[in-house]
Order: sequence, then C-alpha cells, then structure tokens
Amino acid sequence: MTVRLLYFAWVRERIGLGEEEIALSAPMVLGDLVRMLSARSPAHALALGELEPLRAACNDAFVGWDHQVRPGDEIAIFPPVTGG
Amino acid sequence: MNNFAVTVSENEIDVAAVHRSLAAASHHVGAVVMFTGQVRDTPLEIEAHAPMARRAIAALWEAAQQRWPLIAGIAHHRHGRLQVGETIVVVGTASAERRAAFEAAEYLMDQLKTGAPFWKKEAGRWVSVRAKDLAAARRWERG
Repeated sequence: MTVRLLYFAWVRERIGLGEEEIALSAPMVLGDLVRMLSARSPAHALALGELEPLRAACNDAFVGWDHQVRPGDEIAIFPPVTGG
Repeated sequence: MNNFAVTVSENEIDVAAVHRSLAAASHHVGAVVMFTGQVRDTPLEIEAHAPMARRAIAALWEAAQQRWPLIAGIAHHRHGRLQVGETIVVVGTASAERRAAFEAAEYLMDQLKTGAPFWKKEAGRWVSVRAKDLAAARRWERG
C-alpha cells in the first residue's frame, strides 16, 4: 500500500516535486511521516525539516500533526494559505 | 443545494454573469452583494490545491447558510498567472435583505483567505500570511 503526497508552493519548489508516492503498510502519525520524509534527501530536509512553518491536509481536509495516516490516504503538505 | 456554487479554475471570471445569476436565483431575492478581489501593484502567480479548495469553499457556504438566510451564493477563485487589474476572486451572495448578503459575503472572504488552499507568489516570492487576515477570520468565531 502507498500514500500519495502532494506538495505546494515553496514546499513543492524546495523538494523539486509536485507529488510522489511512498510505501506505507501500517497507519503512522503524520508528524512521524513528515520526519521520515525529510530524511529522503537534502531537498526534502530543506522543505520538511521543521514542522512549524508547515500545514497539512489528509484527503482534502486540514489535519494536525497527530493525525493518523492510513495506507491509501492522500496527504498534502504546504505553507499557510494566502489566497483571496 | 446547487444554489451555492464554487468554481476554482484558471479561467477569467465573468463578474457580470455571476451577478446576473444571483439576481435571478429566485423572486425572493431582494439584495445581491458582490465582492471582487483583483491583482494590485505587481503581477501574481496563484497556486491552488483545486479539489481541496472546492471542498473547503463549499463547506464555507454550508456554514454561511447556518448563520444567515441566504438564497444563493457564488464563489469563483482563479489560479495561474494573473496581471495587474485582473480579478482573482469573486464572492457574491443573494438574500431577501441586504444585511445577510453583506455579512455572509464578508464572512466568506475572511474565511476563504485563511482556510482555502491557495498560495500567492509575488515578484518571485511566496507571500506570507498576514496577521490581520488571521484576525479577520477569527472575529467570526462564536464564543
């Protein structure tokens, strides 16, 4: 099973990818998942090394870092929104 | 209720058509309020998480209907590259009376700015969240 990751704004630019998939066989807390992602490459570390400037959504709904990510979920990671 | 519409797209917004549609929503409509936000000073690039943005704005219409007697509402937010003077966002509300239409339109905009996934890039730099936008969204919280 996998989790689809979507990156937006400077998170996308720093990682150099708009989306990617990772293998996930069991539920994992989102904060731990992001820490795992930040170890994938120096670019990931630059984008995801600190949680404080980041926000996240699971399956199109905002969630906190304690959210349980399940195999098959779609996770979006991005800076605070600035639309309107 | 399909009287409350959300569009997130790169396409230009036909503001007059939005108004026409709201004004014609029902014979009970006595007030239509239109807000348009446009690019100022320097061209912009707007990135969107479009499916999530549609859901987030649809949820805002649901919440607005709980608070005000609205008859119809339309929100249209663009993404992509936009030039100075181009419309970024339209929020329009229709109600029997003006107060509900004014308040709901302002509520929608305040919530949209901090709760819908769009990101502005201005002159090569990602725009930071402004404290006054966060405060504007918070003032609608009910204690």
